[in-house]
Amino acid sequence: MLKVNQLQTYIEQFHILQGVEFEVPEGQVTVILGRNGAGKTTTMRSIMGLTPAKSGEILFQGKNIMALPPYVTAKKGIGYVPEDQDIFGTLTVEENMRVAMRKEDKATLERQEWILSLFPDLKAAWKRKGGNLSGGQKQMLSIGRALVNETPLLLIDEPSKGLAPIMVKKVMEALQIIKNDTTVLLVEQNFMMASRIGDYFYILDEGRTVYQGEMEQLRKDEELRKKYLGIS
Amino acid sequence: MKSNLNEMPNKTETTPDVPRQFQRNTLMKQPNYWIFAAVTLLMMAVPLFTSSNSVLFMLTNIFILGVFAMSYDLLLGYTGIISFGHAMFFGIGAYSMGLSLRFFDNAEAGVLVALAAAIVLCFIVSFFVGLLSLRLRDTFYALITLAVATIFLIAAEQWRSLTRGSDGFNFTADIPNNLFGFINLLDRQTVYYLGLVFIVAMFLIMRRFIYSPVGRTLQAIRENENRVASLGFNVLHYKLISNVVAGVIAGLAGIMYAFSIRFVNPHSVLGVELTIDVLLMTVIGGVGTLVGAIVGAGIIEISSHWLMGLRDVHPIFERWVILFGIIFILIVMFFPAGIVGTIRQKWKARRSSL
Repeated sequence: MLKVNQLQTYIEQFHILQGVEFEVPEGQVTVILGRNGAGKTTTMRSIMGLTPAKSGEILFQGKNIMALPPYVTAKKGIGYVPEDQDIFGTLTVEENMRVAMRKEDKATLERQEWILSLFPDLKAAWKRKGGNLSGGQKQMLSIGRALVNETPLLLIDEPSKGLAPIMVKKVMEALQIIKNDTTVLLVEQNFMMASRIGDYFYILDEGRTVYQGEMEQLRKDEELRKKYLGIS
Repeated sequence: MKSNLNEMPNKTETTPDVPRQFQRNTLMKQPNYWIFAAVTLLMMAVPLFTSSNSVLFMLTNIFILGVFAMSYDLLLGYTGIISFGHAMFFGIGAYSMGLSLRFFDNAEAGVLVALAAAIVLCFIVSFFVGLLSLRLRDTFYALITLAVATIFLIAAEQWRSLTRGSDGFNFTADIPNNLFGFINLLDRQTVYYLGLVFIVAMFLIMRRFIYSPVGRTLQAIRENENRVASLGFNVLHYKLISNVVAGVIAGLAGIMYAFSIRFVNPHSVLGVELTIDVLLMTVIGGVGTLVGAIVGAGIIEISSHWLMGLRDVHPIFERWVILFGIIFILIVMFFPAGIVGTIRQKWKARRSSL
């Protein structure tokens, strides 16, 4: 569904991505792992067009989406849940969802209903301002907003970051259901979460793809985890 | 997304109590509908209690400047962009009316031409200024609007054959006293009611706009442009809509101002001071509240009127602008979110603590 070849991205004079390569097959959860500063978030932002890549190739459903503005990329069917959630704090949960809707048709409202069944916490907070939500609720809203339109591919950047364990569990359960319908590219530092959801993984280091394999392999190989991720 | 609706959990257990059809945020469903209705009725009754032309004149100007400030609030408060040239649209409206009344013998034709000219010119100018500058950073937009507004100001000063330069021109003699057979624009009371209808209509239109999907998207842009873009919305497109709507409404306010003042000169309707005034009105009343812009216009008009009147009491009040500055500082200190914004915040905090 998504194929990234030799992605090179600069932020000002810094060469952040120096040849990232990976593939996201349809119907799977592909996880990008790596230490802090490896280029995981920049990779996501480059795919979306928020930090445009200088060279390389990003193919989505066979078409090159390199250098497209973010709104065009999103319209092609890529949903993005950023690391810091970016909830519209002065808008209510309802308004946050409505803002995200590119159409307010029956299918979209049904999708919203489905999202709220995944995240019942959002129902209770329906009329609350985004700025007054807990970290977990913000994460749920951010995922919900990304899914409310037709979204064949969902990019999620560190959904467990800063969340209480109970919220991590809820978000993870929801992602287990979402992955049945939507192809997911997940960036995650929480290895427990990544290993439970992911099917395949890529490890980035210093802006390059350095390792890839089945998630099962990483789960079993402690040496590999120590070497690339610094965790046992 | 191939939504697995068939696998949805049992509806009675988890389906949220959320309407399948969104309801409009109509004013009549809001608790402050009664405040709006009461203030409108009170304003309708004012001419019954006073025949003072100066009071009616001041209130008419508050209505008109209130609309002008609301149009600025659409940019600053609801889209998050700051303009230093918003007065140019106001001036385009005022000059369109003044010139049309001067050059057309038929008053109806003059008014209609002025209306059409102001709307078309404001649309074109706001569209192209926005197109040029809104894709850049907000500071560039502010500077480009200032530059274009200065061009309009200089043109009005230099094109003496048309505008009579810095002196401007008075067109009281051209003001129709029987427009469309029943509107006497020389009558202060008529202009007052026209101003009241104007502000009520514009308030309702702008409120509707703000709660529309476009308005909500603008508020989201104010908070985080990149996020809105990654949700699939062309941010420039929405900012342009906001710029054009604000520009055209400011132009209409300029037309009404011409009816009220019956005089235009470059500095009174095109000067950067007017943009600073409208910025102050919006900040004092409360950015992003709409009604705050009207409150801000009222405070600035009434306090400047009152402070100027104090000149006869003591010579120190000759420097009333300094006193006005002190009032502004006090308002910012005690009402950091503007008067309406701070009251709303406190009201909400009180309600949530109950």
